Amino acid sequence: MTPATPLSLPNRVRALQRLAAAVLLLAAAMLAAQSARAQLRVDISGTGAQQFPIAIADFSDDPNGRGIAEVIRADLTRTGQFRLISAANSGLTIDSAIDHDQWRARGADTLAYGTVTQGGDGAYEIRYRLADTVQRGQLDDIAFSGNQAQLRRIAHQIADRIYEKITGVRGVFSTRIAYVLKRGSTYELQIADSDGQNAQVALRSREPIISPSWSPDGSRLAYVSFESGKPVVYVHNLASSQRSPVANYKGNNSAPAWSPDGSRLAVVLTRDGLSQIYSVNAADGGGLQRLTRSPLIDTEPFYSPDGASIYFTSDRSGSPQIYRMPAGGGDPARVTYNGSYNISPRISPDGSTLLYVSRRDGSFRIAALNLSSGSENLLTDGPDDQSPSFAPNGMQVLYAAVQNGRSVLAGVSSDGRVRQTLSVLNGEVREPTWGPFNQ
Amino acid sequence: MRSRIAKCLTVAALAAALAACSSVDLDDKAGAGQGGVGQGSGGAASTGEILDPFNPQSVLAQQRSVYFEFDSYTIPEQYRGLVETHARYLAGHAQQRVTIEGNTDERGGAEYNLALGQRRADAVRRMMTLLGVGDAQIETISFGKEKPKATGSTEADWAENRRADIVYQR
Repeated sequence: MTPATPLSLPNRVRALQRLAAAVLLLAAAMLAAQSARAQLRVDISGTGAQQFPIAIADFSDDPNGRGIAEVIRADLTRTGQFRLISAANSGLTIDSAIDHDQWRARGADTLAYGTVTQGGDGAYEIRYRLADTVQRGQLDDIAFSGNQAQLRRIAHQIADRIYEKITGVRGVFSTRIAYVLKRGSTYELQIADSDGQNAQVALRSREPIISPSWSPDGSRLAYVSFESGKPVVYVHNLASSQRSPVANYKGNNSAPAWSPDGSRLAVVLTRDGLSQIYSVNAADGGGLQRLTRSPLIDTEPFYSPDGASIYFTSDRSGSPQIYRMPAGGGDPARVTYNGSYNISPRISPDGSTLLYVSRRDGSFRIAALNLSSGSENLLTDGPDDQSPSFAPNGMQVLYAAVQNGRSVLAGVSSDGRVRQTLSVLNGEVREPTWGPFNQ
Repeated sequence: MRSRIAKCLTVAALAAALAACSSVDLDDKAGAGQGGVGQGSGGAASTGEILDPFNPQSVLAQQRSVYFEFDSYTIPEQYRGLVETHARYLAGHAQQRVTIEGNTDERGGAEYNLALGQRRADAVRRMMTLLGVGDAQIETISFGKEKPKATGSTEADWAENRRADIVYQR
């Protein structure tokens, strides 16, 4: 590990390192981002149920090649599913003959290696291969090209390929996350890479921003902004930066959720009294349709991946619990029963698992409910974990946590075994949400 | 800051020296609302009382916050007089519009707190409409936990933020 700027290694982590080989501290190189420059610190604890031993050689012996390998190592390490075998000073290039038995003897079942070359026009060519030292074969071989600013993204794409070749599950390292960063009295809606790097500001405001929600194709964000003096739902096109209100009725407008086909937004309005769930056209806010009719609170709609159902929070039973109803409205069925405060439903991409925030003994924790077996797994310990969302491959959960009185970005594997926190040292991170696979 | 707020609330609870709260650097400091209305007997419109929401000397400008108990959305007895005073004024000034802004303490999710703040604002709205204020005069909104007046995490801070404010629109 050769962590770059900025880095601190707490004693707490040193102690843990002696106990578990996979307790690592990373700080990735190549801090990018202009106005959104933020100091980051990543802590990881725990190990996956299974760990794949892998060696990742520096891609040719130059700063860009080392940087690419470092990003790949950091990506794979964060999952807790990989154990890094040192490939220091291997001197490997894309054309090296691989001594499978030697790497096998070192403990690496797979070996990633490659080369970065810069052409006369300044563009880079990145070639990578993945060797299987057990089968003495090659699992992957591909070339990318791009400019300096794209090297980091290409490294994430290579990490995605490695992850999929070895685990059989699509990688999420090249996806993006959205969150609100509060600094003083300023709120910034930021878009960052899945590792929190390369953050860009989509919206800066003096008034609160909450509930960002990605369109299924990743091109737009819906969110709630208080800029007009009250909560109004906007849809924001990330490429053009064009934004417009899609729900701006009397009272509150909040909790936007996209239908899986991207055509409709479920929203929560108070135009008829207390919070109730409606839907509108995502494109223009037209086609208003009321979906719930209850005397109390119905909020936080979330479509099931097949679009047939909407999960939501309601206190119709006297305490907030999660319910499910047909996407067009209709009789709701109660889904959660453990505890007296269950909010913020999210469904895994395969539809099998419900994620929510549950208050237990005064602590807000992230819970996962297997919808077929009914078994519940508390993924986190609190004390104030909020705003959970699944990675698009369902393997990781992103949420907001409070550590030492500060709001930070946190992640946990869907089985609860591996945890990570990412602190933005100059602000508070709120309302994180993981974006979809790149189209 | 926290201790000053706590001190102010204590002082207010004793219904004494409400002016002390003006030293807290928060405008429309609500200690004024803490049992300070005392018009349950219907004395709100007593002779000489200034009833002008835009006159800083008026009770309508000074006392416009309703505080709620934890996990409660019913208007406490000691604030009914305050709501009645505003409702009588609004019923007599049908062109005047108000926004009722609900707030919650910082505990729990952003969206659910937004809905809870709305319940508090709506409780004030319902009492006002029962007293003859027109529906079109009132907009209820919620800031949930997003715009806390007290930014600490003590019981006193939380109590300060479980609140609905009556805001007159010019």
